[in-house]
Amino acid sequence: MEKLYKFLKYTFIILWTVFIVAPFLWAISTSFKDFQSVNSKVTYIPWLDFEPTLEGWRVLVKSPARGGVDIVEPYFNSLFVTCTASLISIVLGTLAAYALSRFTFKAGFVRNNDITFFFISQRIMPPIVLSIPFFIFLSTIGLLDSLIGLVVVYIVLLMPIAVWIMVDFFNRVPKELDETALIDGCNPYQAFYKVVLPNSIPGLIVAGMFCIIFGWIDFFFAFILTFTEVQLLPVKVVALNSSITPWWSLSASALISVAPLIIVAFVVERYLSKGNLSGALK
Amino acid sequence: MNLIGENITYKPDDQFHLNDVSFNFKKGNLYTILGRTLSGKTTFLKTIAGLLNPDSGNLSFEDNDFIKIPVWERNVAMVYQQFINYPHLNVYENIIFPLKQRKISEDQIKKDVEEALKTVGLVGFENRKIQELSGGQQQRVALARSLAKKAKILLLDEPLVNLDYKLREQLREEFKKIFTQGLSEDTILIYSTTDPQEVMELNGEVIVLDEGKVLQKGPAKEIFENPRTLKVAEISNDPPMNILKGTKRSEKLSFENILINSPSHFKNLSDQGYNFGIRASEIKLNDQGEEFEIELAEISGSETLLHLKKGDSKVIALIEEVMNFKIHEKVKIKFNENKLYAFDQNEELVSSPYGVSHG
Repeated sequence: MEKLYKFLKYTFIILWTVFIVAPFLWAISTSFKDFQSVNSKVTYIPWLDFEPTLEGWRVLVKSPARGGVDIVEPYFNSLFVTCTASLISIVLGTLAAYALSRFTFKAGFVRNNDITFFFISQRIMPPIVLSIPFFIFLSTIGLLDSLIGLVVVYIVLLMPIAVWIMVDFFNRVPKELDETALIDGCNPYQAFYKVVLPNSIPGLIVAGMFCIIFGWIDFFFAFILTFTEVQLLPVKVVALNSSITPWWSLSASALISVAPLIIVAFVVERYLSKGNLSGALK
Repeated sequence: MNLIGENITYKPDDQFHLNDVSFNFKKGNLYTILGRTLSGKTTFLKTIAGLLNPDSGNLSFEDNDFIKIPVWERNVAMVYQQFINYPHLNVYENIIFPLKQRKISEDQIKKDVEEALKTVGLVGFENRKIQELSGGQQQRVALARSLAKKAKILLLDEPLVNLDYKLREQLREEFKKIFTQGLSEDTILIYSTTDPQEVMELNGEVIVLDEGKVLQKGPAKEIFENPRTLKVAEISNDPPMNILKGTKRSEKLSFENILINSPSHFKNLSDQGYNFGIRASEIKLNDQGEEFEIELAEISGSETLLHLKKGDSKVIALIEEVMNFKIHEKVKIKFNENKLYAFDQNEELVSSPYGVSHG
């Protein structure tokens, strides 16, 4: 029974791993092919099946004038916009969430839960509803087609995620922890950053991860709110496509597009699995 | 120079959490707050700590208006019933946290922490993580943090309630030792609990709280011997004092068709209806006694609790040995009339076996 269980477990894990890894292997091998190797017969192994070439990767750094599609600048634009917007969203979102979790707000019929719902409702709406207001808003303040404008829009999109995750997280941190900090001589700000924040790292990491993922993969707003001055990676990758699908450069760009998320996942995983809150706070 | 509360009332919703509470706590004394769950004990302690602001009333300490001073400047210490420590810090860092906050010199901190660790018996645990400790040890850390602070007001909110039976007994003994030896003359110690036994063992000044109202104040012995009302008698006994509705007629007491001799301390009572009170431990199995039906028999430790019924009356008897009974079995019991209490129709004490103090 024990052996059978083990066998089934590992079989499942291996199958799942193949399922996950296969597309990556396919993309890696394709990125080193040229037109000939892609469109002739099915090939997998470099040097044996086909002659590897770096052409697919070179296109990505060549300027359009020399027949390439330069994704270096959009890549760094995307990094900048995602990181800045995520950071600001996490900072503001965490502060908002702490306030919503610990203090009682009353404004007419509005209560804490209504405010939390207001934040989350920003994500319930289909994004297309927001496209025209955003466009008019950014063009009015002259931030259309600029990095700052994109950061502003992404904060609006990402902060609800941060608030949502952190409100839930703070609600599970007992109030008595803050109270003990107050009794031990912390003022409310010190209680927050000396006691509550250090114990909220798992929550912050989850929130940060979601912000980074949602910011990084957004195509819709990057497409609508930018034209020529500024371009983000997802838009540029789509622009790679032409009448003859360049599978090699598409594969290469796909690989470097997911690279940051894979790095984030690996770095974050050990913090998430540490579970340094379990058992301590009951 | 005392901690004085005057007419403190706190009513955040339609229920009183504190209802016109007044007290005068002197330094160097131990005060216990006895009350059931939701009787306002935690609210009481939080008000003193400054975590809650009462709707009305005054609170002063050392002649300062305490209500105007924010929590973090009050220099109080509090131990919660949940084991609250800082999970991101180890044992040592946990204990020095309030000291560092108050900018006490390194040498002094070291000395204070060592002393506190010794008092709670956690020497050698300095570098442990909080998560690696058992519930009892976590509560010791919380207590050590409170002791090391040398706060002038030390609040303990049902510190033993979440521990298992054996640990509770053990820690209670230690607490008693710490409270009698380890506390300075400057400290006011306030301890809240639902457990009457704890109150008697700690033997301090007791405040009986119910629905936010102070029912009785006085030394533990006084509360035990002369509970002023029926309610106090119920709260300050575990199992609660048995109450039987009956009447006194010259030399006899009758309830539920039972006739027993009136005890000598009842002789000044007029003949009328009373609520008679008797502790579970004063009801004994006796073949010459009255027949009652067993509704439930529970064994706790080396004792057996019998829930008995006759007519509309229900009593709980505490038998000091482990015995097996069948439910619905009939047993004969005898009441020790010399330990009977009498409460009048307003549920106020009129006669007690220890001599009534008022009536």
